[in-house]
Amino acid sequence: MFEDKVIPLDSWVSQCVDWLVENYRDFFQSLKWPVDQTLNGLDAGLNWLHPLAIIAIISFAAYRFSGKGLAFFSAVTLVLIGLLGLWEDTMTTLAMVLSSVVFCAMVGIPLGIWAGRSDRFEAALRPMLDAMQTTPAFVYLVPIVMLFSVGNVAGVLATIVFALPPVIRLTSLGIRQVHPELVEAAQAFGATRWQVLCRVQIPLAMPTIMAGLNQTIMMALSMVVIAALIGAGGLGSPVILGLNTLDIGQAVTGGLGIVLIAIILDRITQGMARKK
Amino acid sequence: MKKIVIEKLYKIFGDSPEKALELLGQGEDKESILEKTGMTVGVQDANFSVNNGEIFVVMGLSGSGKSTLVRMLNRLIEPSSGRVLVDGKDITGMQRDELVQFRLHNMSMVFQSFALMPHLTVLENAAFGLDLAGTDKVKQNKRAMEALEQVGLSGWEDSYPKQLSGGMQQRVGLARGLAVDPDILLMDEAFSALDPLIRTEMQDELLKLQKRDRRTIIFISHDLDEALRIGDRIAIMEGGRVVQVGTPEEILQNPADDYGKAFFRGVDPTSVISASDIVRDTQLTIIKSRVGSLRAAHELLSSRDRDFAYVLDSEKRFLGMISAEKIRNCLEAGASDNPIDQCFIDDISTARMDDSMQDILPEVASSAWPVPVLDDQDIYKGVVSKNRFLRTLHRTEQSGAENRVTEEL
Repeated sequence: MFEDKVIPLDSWVSQCVDWLVENYRDFFQSLKWPVDQTLNGLDAGLNWLHPLAIIAIISFAAYRFSGKGLAFFSAVTLVLIGLLGLWEDTMTTLAMVLSSVVFCAMVGIPLGIWAGRSDRFEAALRPMLDAMQTTPAFVYLVPIVMLFSVGNVAGVLATIVFALPPVIRLTSLGIRQVHPELVEAAQAFGATRWQVLCRVQIPLAMPTIMAGLNQTIMMALSMVVIAALIGAGGLGSPVILGLNTLDIGQAVTGGLGIVLIAIILDRITQGMARKK
Repeated sequence: MKKIVIEKLYKIFGDSPEKALELLGQGEDKESILEKTGMTVGVQDANFSVNNGEIFVVMGLSGSGKSTLVRMLNRLIEPSSGRVLVDGKDITGMQRDELVQFRLHNMSMVFQSFALMPHLTVLENAAFGLDLAGTDKVKQNKRAMEALEQVGLSGWEDSYPKQLSGGMQQRVGLARGLAVDPDILLMDEAFSALDPLIRTEMQDELLKLQKRDRRTIIFISHDLDEALRIGDRIAIMEGGRVVQVGTPEEILQNPADDYGKAFFRGVDPTSVISASDIVRDTQLTIIKSRVGSLRAAHELLSSRDRDFAYVLDSEKRFLGMISAEKIRNCLEAGASDNPIDQCFIDDISTARMDDSMQDILPEVASSAWPVPVLDDQDIYKGVVSKNRFLRTLHRTEQSGAENRVTEEL
């Protein structure tokens, strides 16, 4: 019955994206700039540092936030990654993940705080977050490439879209979980809205916010392979290359690198959340 | 002096309070408003004042609106209509900034659930209000330490609240309230979460602090014993209304309605009525400077046809008691020109004005004479006789049914 009555949404979307690309490409290109700077800076920095220095830094962080066990595991794992010939790709991936997380935190924590304090904003935000988390990445890869061209930066932007929701959701949850009596007590002692936020709500929500950042990091890592489809480098590229050439060995090696780095980052950030 | 004046204060919880207020004005009651509009009347036409330096207890069952009422005093809950005046200044009309200043310096609060910041140490918690006000760190710590000392928590300043017992946590809550040195302290069921022994201890602590600082304290409670114990005056709330305001004695002897009476059922009146309520100045007193000798005292007793008298100095301070019989013995021993204080009756027990009937019962029961009652400066105020004591008991048992004051014989 619907043969004659199809809504031409597909062509509308195409037209809309074309229009955006034609008229606002420069604007979107300028949005790239801060991401570009952060990513390139981190990438250059990580690749410039001697691998031993990086192993030392990560192991120390692991020791600081978790303990000797994780520090030892991190050191061994990073050496293994180097021996597998994945060092440079791993550093690129690390740079991409870190810059995604930096921007997710910069955008997500304020949005989460706002959502935590306003029911209306939370209600408006929720369907967008649902869409960001469930829309298959392949759907927005093409418009991202059209607007931002291919490369690491486009990869990071795609990653941000996917990895942003958990930090927003958990920040909001953390703010909402602060006992209303404590907020009331602060107000009774003359705290302004800003003081209530900075001295009561955010400190008490910190463990939950850290859990949100942890989830964001994990989701960013899971985007590494998909980002490689639009020309982002790092551990995703051997996997894609392996798939394309049916080189199972290469794909598995790249995959192993992603898993190992994920375990290290997960344990360290969980430790940070607990320390807070 | 009136510190806080509350005028026609209303709180309606709902979307359009004006409508509910209008219905209330038309004489509708709380239930029918809830039914018609879905709005809840929290507090309805509260009118009373609180005197400077008194402990004013607001008592009522849960849901009677007492917590709402106290939160309207510092506007944690915005009143729907009416005024709250503190030192003549209208709190309800204050702008945000002014209100913040008022909360920072004039009025602090102690909460039932303690509401301590779990991420701050005991010292930081005590300094919380000072920190918000931007007091410099050194002064902050000094004030907070003093406040902790006042509540007996020195040595715990680096602990975290969760390491402390409930009673100690509430001491921190109290210290936090005292550290900003407010003239008004709101205490919302502050001791209700504590077990009875600790609760009594905290009440004593509060009374001790109050003796020194004389703050105006609004204390919310659902516990009658607590209200009677610490309250200078009590307001009873029922269903959002203030049904009675008075001293514990007034309320106990004369409950305004059945609700009030129900509260007092099973309360021992002797724990509430104090010596000052039943003291009567009916006995013969002798000022010592004028009647120096035994003989003169004897003359005075026999001329007034009394068997005993209370001897005071020129400032009316109580010195001792003499009886006709004892004086006769002394005179027979041949010391008629001796001063009378050498012939006082031994072991006279005295009572204080704020002693409860319960406290003075042993003295009244065992003494052959009416027990003299003195104030804090030992000034003689009168006596409590066995007769008076028993009559008071009899009258309070009828719980105000019989209001006729029976005069001392």
